[in-house]
Amino acid sequence: MSSQNNDVIIGLEVHIQLTNLKTKLFCSCSTNYRGKEPNTFVCPICIGLPGSLPVVNKKVIEFATRLALALNCKINHKFWFFRKNYHYPDLPKGFQITQYNKAGGKAFADGGKITIRINNHKKEVLLNRIHLEEDPARLVHKGSIATSPFTLVDYNRSGVCLIEIVSEPVIDTPEEAREFLKQLKSIVQYTGISDLDLQGSVRVDANISIKGHERSEVKNINSFKEVERALSYEIIRQKNTLKRGKVLIQETRHWDDKRKITISLRSKEFEADYRYFPEQDLVPLEIDNIFIQKVKEKLPEMPNERALRLRREYMLSEFDSENLVLDKEIADFYENGANSDPSFGYEEYKQYCNWLMNNISGWLNENNTTITNTKLTPKQVVDLIKNIRNGKITTKIAKTYIDEMMKGISISQIIKKKGKTRIYDEKIIEKLCREIIEENPNIVKDFCKNLKALEALIGRVMAKTKGQADPKITREIMLELLKKS
Amino acid sequence: MGYELIEKIINREVTIQDVIQTSFDRIETTDILIHSFVKLSKDEALKKAKKYDIKIQKGQKVGKLYGLPFANKDLICLKGFPTTCCSKILKGYRPPYNAFVIERLVEQEGAIHIGNTNMDEFAMGSSTESSYYGPTYNPWDLSRVPGGSSGGSATAIASGQAIFAIGSDTGGSIRCPASFCGVVGLKPTYGRVSRYGLVAFANSLDQIGPITKCVYDSALMLEIISGKDPLDSTSVDIKVDKYTEEIKNPIEKKVIGIPKEFFGEGIEKEVESSIKKSIEKLESLGASIVEVTIPHLEYTIATYYLLCMCEASSNLARFDGLRYGPMSENLSGDTFEVFSRTRGKYFGPEVRRRIFLGTYALSAGYYDKFYIKALKVRSLIKNDFVQAFKKCDSIVCPTMPSTAFKTGALINDPLKMYIIDILTCSVNLAGIPALTIPCGFDSNNLPIGFQIIGDYFDEKGILNIGYQLEQELNVYRKIAPVVNGGK
Repeated sequence: MSSQNNDVIIGLEVHIQLTNLKTKLFCSCSTNYRGKEPNTFVCPICIGLPGSLPVVNKKVIEFATRLALALNCKINHKFWFFRKNYHYPDLPKGFQITQYNKAGGKAFADGGKITIRINNHKKEVLLNRIHLEEDPARLVHKGSIATSPFTLVDYNRSGVCLIEIVSEPVIDTPEEAREFLKQLKSIVQYTGISDLDLQGSVRVDANISIKGHERSEVKNINSFKEVERALSYEIIRQKNTLKRGKVLIQETRHWDDKRKITISLRSKEFEADYRYFPEQDLVPLEIDNIFIQKVKEKLPEMPNERALRLRREYMLSEFDSENLVLDKEIADFYENGANSDPSFGYEEYKQYCNWLMNNISGWLNENNTTITNTKLTPKQVVDLIKNIRNGKITTKIAKTYIDEMMKGISISQIIKKKGKTRIYDEKIIEKLCREIIEENPNIVKDFCKNLKALEALIGRVMAKTKGQADPKITREIMLELLKKS
Repeated sequence: MGYELIEKIINREVTIQDVIQTSFDRIETTDILIHSFVKLSKDEALKKAKKYDIKIQKGQKVGKLYGLPFANKDLICLKGFPTTCCSKILKGYRPPYNAFVIERLVEQEGAIHIGNTNMDEFAMGSSTESSYYGPTYNPWDLSRVPGGSSGGSATAIASGQAIFAIGSDTGGSIRCPASFCGVVGLKPTYGRVSRYGLVAFANSLDQIGPITKCVYDSALMLEIISGKDPLDSTSVDIKVDKYTEEIKNPIEKKVIGIPKEFFGEGIEKEVESSIKKSIEKLESLGASIVEVTIPHLEYTIATYYLLCMCEASSNLARFDGLRYGPMSENLSGDTFEVFSRTRGKYFGPEVRRRIFLGTYALSAGYYDKFYIKALKVRSLIKNDFVQAFKKCDSIVCPTMPSTAFKTGALINDPLKMYIIDILTCSVNLAGIPALTIPCGFDSNNLPIGFQIIGDYFDEKGILNIGYQLEQELNVYRKIAPVVNGGK
């Protein structure tokens, strides 16, 4: 795939709402507006009434510092804002208060990188900068933006703090973009600044071009999942345009997530038309090294470091450890359990990881929830693995326990309730084997020529007992009986 | 004088109702001629006066301003009261909150709001002629302008309609009308008074200040409205002096700077000689005089107008008719077209001119040439003052190059109108405080303003000099006659 696409250049601008910040960027309105009545989480400041003034929410600096450190950015010690001037109904002041890295301004932090794994090798995606800005209001349309007969404005979102992560144009494929966002989401979760699972907490603008041609900027990609799709669409559109002998123009396009296409919004407004200039209602704030150091000390281990440590401590494979750490809650869950039982070793660590990454994660995905929203405890999973290890239940049976486990029911209770313990009784197993031999004379005949016949017969015993018969004992008895016959 | 009335109220010689009623009587007879007010709050004011009188009878506190009549410039938000910046684009707008200064003056210290005063639309002007409500006239000569932009606040004080008034000063908007109307106007240090609730014209230059009949009243108001406001990041947490006491100090040890550039061409002879006489009075009070220099003064007008227009173009972007104010009835086209139509229709010509010019100057390719360059000159001018204040305590000069000019004389010649701010707007660029007091009259019986410029946060110093000079000159008690043709 990547070899086909190496003529594509992609740069991403990811806007993340700091949902864990209790109040908006410049006023004390709550950020907990989701699902609330429109235009009720507002004040003179966030709807830009004449005479109102912004005041920086100081907590923002700590949040931004956390992310900057996690992304290895260089934090600029002086912190101030610019005005980005344009008229739009979602912008109550006629300008957005944002940061700017030209015209004497500075972003919150410059540089940084995110390591992604693509086709089994690693790639560092360099970042240009991260900066803070206020979220505009939410525009509500009937159907799509192009066909709606009206636009409604909900200012509840207006003034919520966004942090924008701008990558260098070094992403080659939509798959790389997906991986980039996967890692970014993970890092953001570790920093604790935002819950990216909340509706509308993330918006992506993508700059896409075919080498040697004008770029387009696709706006309004409102979830990480849509990014790969939007990019793939846009690349095909651009290539088709070129194939038809037409010229690509620099333009802003809108991702229509209902029709899954991009539509032209306007030919590119050149950047300086925003007439950036300093926001003088706010005084510059200093960020000193002592502060940065303090934030650093409180920052949890980041996913990359954690993956390395998990490989060391639990002997997990590179692949397993990197997947395991992606979701901090899952990784925390893993470590809580793995550390709780001294009898655990290489085999159990691996099994525990597999349970989390396969069955449990699968269940969470199906039910569209996260692990902390269930009653599952690490002890249950540990007990499950121990019961499999000592032969009390089979893996197959264990898999049927997941629903109950998620309700917080202990393994011993589930075993008691389901009665699905393993059959060790040789007399019962022998009886079962005899029955199977009688029922399947053809397979028995085959036994002399084909060893697979044994497996087939064992399989039927297992099927009849719904997997409860001990496979080892069954095999021994079945073999003996067949030899005799 | 406000302080004298306060004493009379405390001694039960007059009631607050008497004072408020007198104000409205005076407004009734004079405002038809001078047009200080764009909206009155008579019923509310009289109700409050009654309430306060009862409180006083019961020996309860009513705040330091004892219910005295207070006139508010029409760009400072007063909860529930129409605040329009004298622009059609804010017609009918009633703010849902009080400005910081209103909280302090009205809610906390018991001044009684009697109405909002006329001003140039969005404070853009020096003559109070560009108001959507029509011009204000100078009570010393009704054929002349009162100065601007806080013209209505100045005329209300000069003609005895109000005791306290608030103005805002971006390039001289308090001092110019105070000078033309023969009253006391103070522009505090940038950051001394919270701007929260002041509708911005040029937010790096705007500052709220008192307009009063005498320096003591100015000091009293400043004491009340100064201080850090958590809602204005640019307000500064520096100790607020006891101005009403400090002003009475002797000034014999003061060093007064005379900047030669402020006495250059374009200053009317009668103005200059009146200022020089006042300087001699200061010397007679024991102050010593030194010459100082503000070498970059000649770039002041260009720098000031460039910056204020850039800022205005952004500050006024919010007026699009979507959330408040009137909107164009013609809703065809996209939102941008509707915004353009609304703004084109409801902003006046001077406001549109400044938005155009400011937008242009901030645009691609011009930003460095204009905005950045103006910022550099601004810091040079600032530095000129910093250097000057190493040699002196305060700087004195005329407030305006002339006395009040005839209505209509400059309104169609924006450049000439801009130039008259030459002596005031450098103070805003530097962010320092300045006071104007009446120091005499010209041969047309028009007041002349004497400007005292102070170092950062030295309101104490300039009020002190102003008070001593005022007492010495003793012209401040004159009340404008509200007559045609002066004299």
